Amino acid sequence: MVKVAVIQYPGSNCDLDALEILRGVVKARTDLVWHKDLEHDDYDAYVLPGGFSYGDYLRAGAIAATSPSLRIVKEAAEGGKPVLGICNGFQILVEAGLLPGAVLRNSTLRFVCTWTRLRVETTRTPFTSKAERGQVLEIPVAHNEGRYYLDKEQIPELEKNQQIVFRYVNEEKEPTEDANPNGSVDNIAGISNQKGNVMGLMPHPERASLQELSPDNQTDGRLIFDSMMRTLNG
Amino acid sequence: MTPGSYVVEVIVENKPLARDPEGETIHQNLILKGGYKQVTSVRAGKLLRMNVEANSPEDARAIVRKLSDDLRIYNPAAHTIQVRTVG
Repeated sequence: MVKVAVIQYPGSNCDLDALEILRGVVKARTDLVWHKDLEHDDYDAYVLPGGFSYGDYLRAGAIAATSPSLRIVKEAAEGGKPVLGICNGFQILVEAGLLPGAVLRNSTLRFVCTWTRLRVETTRTPFTSKAERGQVLEIPVAHNEGRYYLDKEQIPELEKNQQIVFRYVNEEKEPTEDANPNGSVDNIAGISNQKGNVMGLMPHPERASLQELSPDNQTDGRLIFDSMMRTLNG
Repeated sequence: MTPGSYVVEVIVENKPLARDPEGETIHQNLILKGGYKQVTSVRAGKLLRMNVEANSPEDARAIVRKLSDDLRIYNPAAHTIQVRTVG
């Protein structure tokens, strides 16, 4: 049976939510692993949860990115295993160099906590394999530093490699300024590495995986975890 | 060469092309509103001040420059740094 690790950093606070969805909803054998205890690449997939690791000091994710656990995660990523970073987990993956770019303070200078619409830009990743290209998922964000940044001239390369996985869109599925909660370049909400097996996103799929937690009973976030499980189960 | 303790500052700023909403807000909503029209732009950043034991100010700056790169005190995708000795 496949085994998933949710890695816990000092200041992680969405670790138990991710654990609950993985264990209780998608029925994956999942361990909550303290980052210092992750010494070997013993898992089939890794989830870096949301939160405020090390108080977001210096920059969100910058200090956790130096945790030895990231060496294991890198090794797993190089071996092609799925690695998912949610919110602070995304920031950690960016700061550790597993994903390109930077995640900066929201352009509004305010913490944003709202439901967003995400357009699936590619289904090639293990986290979107059950989706359709162009499908829109409703998943909430909650962050102060979520403005994805990459030099404009590098965006076409990202696009060409199908590394842009999600964009914030409006009701008409268009990536407008109004639909962009944090000022991310090109409305980017989630990206992957070149191979596609490492993905980070600012929205929280684990908060959109139970009917009870969604305003209209949808569970769009499950698609991300279900996709991952399908990949893992071959 | 004067071995001793040096004060080295690292200033981290967003790259010129990366928007700096904090600087823009300080400029528009504080400085221009306060009547200081001579100020045409503001960039906000982060300052780290370190005491460094080194053989010279150059060495002290080199140590700080190296640690800034090695430990990613800044994210080169979005930031620039200046390293300077102040004492």
